[in-house]
Amino acid sequence: MACSATTRIIHNPLAISSSRSAEKSDFSCKILSPSSFWGSASLGKKLLSVNKAISPISRRSATVVAVSDVVKEKKLKSSSSVSNLLITKEEGLVLYEDMVLGRAFEDMCAQMYYRGKMFGFVHLYNGQEAVSTGFIKLLKKEDCVVSTYRDHVHALSKGVPARQVMSELFGKTTGCCRGQGGSMHMFSKEHNVLGGFAFIGEGIPVATGAAFTSKYKREVLKEDCDEVTLAFFGDGTCNNGQFFECLNMAALWKLPIVFVVENNLWAIGMSHLRATSDPEIWKKGPAFGMPGVHVDGMDVLKVREVAIEAVGRARRGEGPTLVECETYRFRGHSLADPDELRDPAEKAHYATRDPITALKKYILENKLASEAELKAIEKKIDEVVEDSVEFADKSPVPARSQLLENVFADPRGFGIGPDGKYRCEDPKFTEGTAQV
Amino acid sequence: MWGIIRQRAACKGNHALNLEQGIRAIALRAFSSSAKQMTVRDALNSALDEEMSADPKVFIMGEEVGEYQGAYKISKGLLDKYGPDRVVDTPITEAGFAGIGVGAAYYGLRPVIEFMTFNFSMQAIDHIINSAAKSNYMSAGQISVPIVFRGPNGAAAGVGAQHSQCYAAWYGAIPGLKVLAPYSSEDARGLLKAAIRDPDPVVFLENELLYGESFPISDEVLDSSFSLPIGKAKIEREGKDVTITAFSKMVGYALQAADILAKEGINAEVINLRTIRPLDRSTINSSVRKTNRLVTVEEGFPQHGVGAEICATVVEDSFEYLDAPVERIAGADVPMPYAANLERMAVPQVEDIVRAAKRACYRSR
Repeated sequence: MACSATTRIIHNPLAISSSRSAEKSDFSCKILSPSSFWGSASLGKKLLSVNKAISPISRRSATVVAVSDVVKEKKLKSSSSVSNLLITKEEGLVLYEDMVLGRAFEDMCAQMYYRGKMFGFVHLYNGQEAVSTGFIKLLKKEDCVVSTYRDHVHALSKGVPARQVMSELFGKTTGCCRGQGGSMHMFSKEHNVLGGFAFIGEGIPVATGAAFTSKYKREVLKEDCDEVTLAFFGDGTCNNGQFFECLNMAALWKLPIVFVVENNLWAIGMSHLRATSDPEIWKKGPAFGMPGVHVDGMDVLKVREVAIEAVGRARRGEGPTLVECETYRFRGHSLADPDELRDPAEKAHYATRDPITALKKYILENKLASEAELKAIEKKIDEVVEDSVEFADKSPVPARSQLLENVFADPRGFGIGPDGKYRCEDPKFTEGTAQV
Repeated sequence: MWGIIRQRAACKGNHALNLEQGIRAIALRAFSSSAKQMTVRDALNSALDEEMSADPKVFIMGEEVGEYQGAYKISKGLLDKYGPDRVVDTPITEAGFAGIGVGAAYYGLRPVIEFMTFNFSMQAIDHIINSAAKSNYMSAGQISVPIVFRGPNGAAAGVGAQHSQCYAAWYGAIPGLKVLAPYSSEDARGLLKAAIRDPDPVVFLENELLYGESFPISDEVLDSSFSLPIGKAKIEREGKDVTITAFSKMVGYALQAADILAKEGINAEVINLRTIRPLDRSTINSSVRKTNRLVTVEEGFPQHGVGAEICATVVEDSFEYLDAPVERIAGADVPMPYAANLERMAVPQVEDIVRAAKRACYRSR
């Protein structure tokens, strides 16, 4: 189980831009340094002190470096005439706006929850915006996203209007699922958000199936289809059987899918280190024959670079990729979680690595936009989020007759009534009687 | 169905003697000489074949469906005809490939997922229920799941406790699912075609012991556009003294029991449920209102079974018409034993049905 401590890159499959064609490999091994995996070495030790039982694993002298650091070094050494900026101004503003939308929306959700307008299980995405924005902003409308219960921001990044998501959370009939799904089940056929699943690991086979459909459309139906599917899930899911089953089948059939692990180190109160025999999730990719990549999930630009390559691989038909994004959620698992087990120092450390602040700094330092432009974006997002709350507030709750609707696509599935005709043919059927 | 038989009989003309009797009694069995015979296996195979050729979005996925020609040879010949992209052999990953089927259905295809037996569906039951059955509702109609989960259900011969459970009652409880249980070849063909064409998730419960049985089949059934309506039961045998409801293999037993009862002067009406969900309560109730006595037969465990639901529905809707308590015949309340004699005791037999019908008939005397 011990990883080699030698600093050796076997292949770097994620060389970007000019050297894209040169290196293709099925495996990736990374040079590992304590500097960026789990924050810093000192923090690593602090994590150790909190979780005493797992010390043997963490004393490994393995080191990890996020991909783009390696690439950047190589580029600096090669030519200096190529611009080192990873994004253009427009892209930067799009990324910034998306992350601010995610953050503002989730903060508003918390407020609304404590005011009693939202109820049930609500899982917020604060702190992880870089992963959602970094990946989803590269997709086309026809590409699919499958997520878990922490899905508000995935839906927003994919293009579902904030009004519809907020209404859904309030349980109103104008929500994206007419109030029938809720926080954990965001579906949008128009934007190809295929859920929103409460069971962890449930979305992975569904995403693999959507990727299967892409491939089927191309090869059997002979349509011009290069749609890619992204499956988002957490570190806890990576111990679940369905994850491995799908890694196997996706690699076996070379499906156009990217498995994105949002490793925020905690599954409710279970630390990733306490739950996993080998905590380096990216290594599970090569075991099944696909590249496994680890990236700093608090930096949207690094995530985006990795995503460009992974999505590109899938689109070209080269098969799946497993991307482990090291990230962190600033709030508890859900709004009902008192979040007592996490070390406040750990939280403080990650708060300094807030992805939005980091992107803002990058944009300003590289003079891609002015402070005023960024402020204008923040103001605009505030207005969007407030408008969505107003809209949701004013929207009506579902009518009683909606209870029996949408159970079946073919409502004859409700069977034949006592008068011998199909129940659904009776006009009074959905008017609020649960006497099926 | 009756009308068409009469037409065909009239055209053929050489069944004059048995005509009226044949039509009143068991439908196709009376005039057998010119009717073709087809096994349930061939019926399922031909239904799959025709639906796959009619719609290129239909594909089959499961263990051993391709090169092995199907674990029970149901998908025989389909790999050669449609290729490995449409007849997909999977690794042993029920949860994985059931989920992949659901995802493919979300995104536009029409999968037919085969479980080698429905016992293995328990490894994938999360996908059948949570991501297939509930999705149309959770997404408010945006995402429909036109998927069929099929495979043999119930007891086979001597396969032990973990391979013998009947899942009709479990799946029959789930809103958003349609659950079908064919008996004859006509049922198998018609219901499988209806299931594949249906835009909702369908659980299709076959029976391993019926695969090899031959049934007479009319030309109408052989037509490629044939399908049976989901949610309508069939009255296999009309009667006036007691109603016997059954599905799948038990229909055969019930018909045999009805023959035995007829010799003793009890005229039993046998209903082949065909669909477990939605249950055809209207047919069952009209029949009970006619005969006033009910025996429900099923192979699965008795508690919370299909018979329990039928009994409850009859008590709710036709209480005043019942002249005797409802008799429930179900499998024994034990995991299926292996020894042949114990297994025979654990599954309903024809004598059990006869005894129950007699109890239902004599109780009020």
